[in-house]
Amino acid sequence: MSDVVEKTLSALPSLLSLDSQPGAGKLSSTSKLGSLIRNITELTSKHEEEKLIKRELAALKEQVSSPNTTMKQMREAMVRAIYCEMLGYEASFTYIHAIKLAQQGTVLEKRVGYLAVSLFLNESHDLLLLLVNTVLKDLQSSNLIEVCMALTVVSQVFPKDMIPAILPVVEEKLTHPKEIIRRKAVLALYKFYLIAPNQVQHIHAKFRKALCDKDPGVMTASLHIYLQLIKESPDMYKELTGSFVTILKQVVGGKLPIDFNYHSVPAPWLQIQLLRILGLLGREDQSTSELMYDVLDESLRRAEMNHNITYAILYECVKAIYSIYPKSELCEKAAKCIGNFVLSPKINLKYLGLKALTYVVQQDANLALQHQMTIIECLDHPDLIIKKETLELLFRITNTQNVTVIVEKMLGFLKLSNDDYTIVDLVGKVAELAEKYAPDNEWFIQTMNEVFSFGGDMMQPDIPNSFLRLLAEGCESAEESRQLRLYAVDSYLAVLQKDSAHLPQRFLQIISWVLGEYSHLKEGLDVQEVRQLLMKLLDRKGVTTETRCWVLSSLMKLCEGPGADEMAQELVERWGSSLDPLLRQQAQELLCLSLDKDLRTRTLPLATTWDGLEVDSSLSFLDGFVAEALAAGAAPYKPPHQRQQEQCQEKALSLEPYGLSLPVSLSSCSLTDRQSPTLLSMSSGQSGNSTEPSNKAGSSKLNLEGVKRVWGKEGYLPHREVPEESAPVEEASSAVQSSSQQGGASDKSSMAHTEPVEQDKEKQQLASSLFVGLGSHNATSLMGKSETPSQRFRRKPRTQVSTSSSVTSEKSDSSHSSRSTVDSFLYGSLLEEEPVLPQPNTSHTPRVTTANGSSETKTQSFIPTNGTFEGEEAEEEEEEPTQTENDITSVTAHRTKQGSLIMNSDMVIVQPTMWSDQPKDWSQDDSGDLLSSGSDTHMETSPLLLLPADLRDLPHSNINTLAADQSLLLSSCHVYRDDALVLVIFLSNSGETPIQEIAVQLNCEQLEVASLRGNVIDTLDGLGTSVCRYTLVMDGAHTQVEMTGTVSYQAGPGHTQTLPFSSKLSLADFIRPLVITTEEYGKLWLSFSHDVKQNLKLLKGDRDPLVTTLDALKETLQLHIVDIIGSEGIVACRLLQGAPCLLHCRIHGDSLAVWLRSSLPGLPDCVLYYCQKALLEH
Amino acid sequence: MQFMLLFSRQGKLRLQKWYVPLSDKEKKKITRELVQMVLARKPKMCSFLEWRDLKIVYKRYASLYFCCAIEDQDNELITLEIIHRYVELLDKYFGSVCELDIIFNFEKAYFILDEFLLGGEAQETSKKNVLKAIEQADLLQENLDFQIRLFPGVLNPSMSAESSGLFQS
Repeated sequence: MSDVVEKTLSALPSLLSLDSQPGAGKLSSTSKLGSLIRNITELTSKHEEEKLIKRELAALKEQVSSPNTTMKQMREAMVRAIYCEMLGYEASFTYIHAIKLAQQGTVLEKRVGYLAVSLFLNESHDLLLLLVNTVLKDLQSSNLIEVCMALTVVSQVFPKDMIPAILPVVEEKLTHPKEIIRRKAVLALYKFYLIAPNQVQHIHAKFRKALCDKDPGVMTASLHIYLQLIKESPDMYKELTGSFVTILKQVVGGKLPIDFNYHSVPAPWLQIQLLRILGLLGREDQSTSELMYDVLDESLRRAEMNHNITYAILYECVKAIYSIYPKSELCEKAAKCIGNFVLSPKINLKYLGLKALTYVVQQDANLALQHQMTIIECLDHPDLIIKKETLELLFRITNTQNVTVIVEKMLGFLKLSNDDYTIVDLVGKVAELAEKYAPDNEWFIQTMNEVFSFGGDMMQPDIPNSFLRLLAEGCESAEESRQLRLYAVDSYLAVLQKDSAHLPQRFLQIISWVLGEYSHLKEGLDVQEVRQLLMKLLDRKGVTTETRCWVLSSLMKLCEGPGADEMAQELVERWGSSLDPLLRQQAQELLCLSLDKDLRTRTLPLATTWDGLEVDSSLSFLDGFVAEALAAGAAPYKPPHQRQQEQCQEKALSLEPYGLSLPVSLSSCSLTDRQSPTLLSMSSGQSGNSTEPSNKAGSSKLNLEGVKRVWGKEGYLPHREVPEESAPVEEASSAVQSSSQQGGASDKSSMAHTEPVEQDKEKQQLASSLFVGLGSHNATSLMGKSETPSQRFRRKPRTQVSTSSSVTSEKSDSSHSSRSTVDSFLYGSLLEEEPVLPQPNTSHTPRVTTANGSSETKTQSFIPTNGTFEGEEAEEEEEEPTQTENDITSVTAHRTKQGSLIMNSDMVIVQPTMWSDQPKDWSQDDSGDLLSSGSDTHMETSPLLLLPADLRDLPHSNINTLAADQSLLLSSCHVYRDDALVLVIFLSNSGETPIQEIAVQLNCEQLEVASLRGNVIDTLDGLGTSVCRYTLVMDGAHTQVEMTGTVSYQAGPGHTQTLPFSSKLSLADFIRPLVITTEEYGKLWLSFSHDVKQNLKLLKGDRDPLVTTLDALKETLQLHIVDIIGSEGIVACRLLQGAPCLLHCRIHGDSLAVWLRSSLPGLPDCVLYYCQKALLEH
Repeated sequence: MQFMLLFSRQGKLRLQKWYVPLSDKEKKKITRELVQMVLARKPKMCSFLEWRDLKIVYKRYASLYFCCAIEDQDNELITLEIIHRYVELLDKYFGSVCELDIIFNFEKAYFILDEFLLGGEAQETSKKNVLKAIEQADLLQENLDFQIRLFPGVLNPSMSAESSGLFQS
């Protein structure tokens, strides 16, 4: 490229002196653009440039708006406008002219017009709508260049909503004789898939044709789509593995035309794409992986180390090898390859080597050991990105023994970085490591102090929250918790006594909370001193109101002993008339409490245990007040979304009479569901009194208040966990040093000026402290996931404190009472309207009449040796095949198979007739069903596990295995309750010895998760099974959500293990039928604003295709068919008890034209997705 | 790929192509941040940068910096080669390209880029094919220019009949 430099240099003077040198013609010196550019180059200040551009834009504006401007001049003007925009000046007045140019110009003017459009406008710009017709016209043009241009612009910017308008024409182009057109069409469809996957689902077969195209370019383009599809659902494309392998083999073998070579490497882009696809397909799938071992081996072999492009291929190859089911021989080769990368003198390769190491180190920690010296070197690399990647690698190999060194390195890096994103990321990692592996209290608190001071107010809010929760809950032993708290108090007093002006607000909030809560633990500490420190905080400038609230509320706790009254007085004087209502309120509360000692000890007891505190989040104690207000003529409370919706309707000037109002408003909400924890979310949204103000008011201290109440002491684990790292440690045996020694070693290594020999020694030392604990015990786990690390601060499991009495007693009727009056009307009519279809899989067992539900709180145990069940299950006996205990493995296998069935969404869902059944009505109406429904099909498949009696009657999925280890087997079942999805988790002890202290924890960000019961079990007998259940509620529309969780238990005394599990839930799990009349449907339809239209596959059957298709939809999704009139059908469903979604289906030629509407944005899209899926898989 | 930026050593933007919809304000902010970051790098340093949750891959050719933003799981090295192939294409088209070619003919540079990358993905990696497509469109342009000069006002705006044959080779 040196000649380029020369050329630039030689051309520059000619440019500046405006001479017309050779080549200047090429630079279009005569054009207006040329002179514009030259003028700008001559300018010396930004200000002059601004002036010049302003003049230029004014001239442009005049030119484009003049009717006399020819298209050719317009083209020239457009180029100048693009240039001005690139310099950062807005030329929005030209946008419309760009569209005009694309519309009216000749081919070459079009080209510039389209270019300008693609540069100026983005997908959501309104003007793009004006382009649709032009694009459509050009797509149909006989001029190939016009078609190409249209396809190019379509794959860059196109309004999502208008895709259906051009889709058929683009589809047509897939069979065009010219490969360039086919290729561009495929890429356009890829773009459509990215922005609106629903729209192109019906053309999957055509993608396959593109994959088989005789032109390699078209085939390559189709791989973009496949990569995306396979990322989303690898299982659907497993059968293509063979084809991908064959293609790759041919490419690697040099069978492609030489045109596709890049620096004599055959089609590297294609190779990389294929390797990525293979990596996805082979993940955790042995048989699929076996198909690709050969070709991966060949790729590794063929890619000789000589050029960047081969490194790119090698890197992708290594990644694929470690993604798929491992083959030791291949992994060895890949490991060697990583070694070459890491050791390479080229910095780019070194970086990628580190990245690859980070990727594989969890599978094979030995690899990190092999390269420990290089890693140490990289840790001190001058290039920050290398350093950062090294830390990422170290983060993955952290254990209890090396945590101090690694965290120290991370904190060191934090001091150097000033980029917010990095800080937030690293601070989160340090906090995670500290919580997981902290060697002692002192270190933990100090590290967290660093985290809070670095992370400041940017860090993830869950870090301080979980830190406080950890303090509040305490760890496993009471003494240990006390120590930790005491240390925190000590440390924070010290922090406050020093200069604390620079501390972030979050940190101050934590400090004040801890001092308020725990300073009494420190003997001999003068309360007045603490108060003084906190009061000083209150008055400091730069402290936010939120922090002041925290401080005030902790002073409230310290309002005792000598000087308390004076303090209260002083505070009220100072803050009691504050302009901020929150502060004023806090100050007043403080005054009240300081006057009434009794009340104070009741509300803020010292040394609180977290038991027995319940939250009445529905604010039922205000019911009287609300009722009074309502009686006095006050308007009932409406949640914000409802208000908004109504506002929208008002704007839309609806002439329809007001219809059925959904979501359910005050009148239909019963009061009995108040305390049911499953309904917390709903009742708080729906009950007559507003929870909004309370939320807002409490925002300053809500976090800690929540902590206090939700977390109970049940499931308390008395034994402190013994660290697992007692195994002998290879290669680093000398490294078990005290933390102070380790600290010393790394300190020294940062002083770079020592002699080289000594430096080496220090590096060795650092290495031994970093790579300790990575040896033998991990070496064998080539494929297995590394075992769950021992955790110092074991959280006490999340428990609903009051699982026993109140909840259970409410439970049995909660599902009943939660139903609104509207609903019971709806469900009543359902019985009449629903055509009665024979349902083989409805299991009807007479319900045991334990009205308070106390029977389910007991652990359900079974005796697998003879397959009989205790007590109420007696009648199931005959259906259960006899099961001996050593059959357990086969049962597990069986269940796994079942699990995969469920993956294909072969869910056994009981038909909507079930939905109307109230539990308490069972005794009346199901005796007949019991006989007719015959055997219990879905139960048969897993005879060991039975749903609790009260859930068995509800529609539910198969029971499938969630996770298992040597002693515990987790299975789960989805029960589709009206108001929620009940997740039933079966914990089966697969060994003979009892398991102690089982605690289940479940998390899902997008859902509201509430534990019903059974998530903490003291003892699970050998071969016993216990049931725990959760209710999951979905509020927004999500196509798929992932939930994760862990079960911790003690298999032997003092030996805690955790078993993580995860599972995916789809929207379909949360869809419930909505039973309404055609009239109500019509009214609802008009009131919804969010809609989607799409053509779907029409199923052919013996009966009318519409009926067949709708029935199929009904079967897979919980839909209610409202009415079928001729070739049109209307269907309704809702998201649990929330937003309804209405479908209007019409036969349109060979397909089913579906129009979905809902009040909830996103819901129509999601429902449509599942309809489509259901029909495709039918 | 999320976007591609070309800028000079002085930090002047020469070309920008965005494959993700962003507002103008964001674009300007990103450009400013990245130009600053990349220009501050020393010559021997790694060609990759972490920026927010994206990876920045950049390479300097003479006085011009080529800078691409990719996602974390994308291959950094192949992105470097995409940049290189683009430079090769420019070089072949302009005949040993220099920054001035790109300054004065930036619309051509855009056309070449669009023919090479479409929607952020490598569309056509064969050098020959990319240039063929560009040259054919150019040829049409020259023909038209020629005709316009010869017979001003006579030209039929729809050239479909003449130009359709150009692709058949």
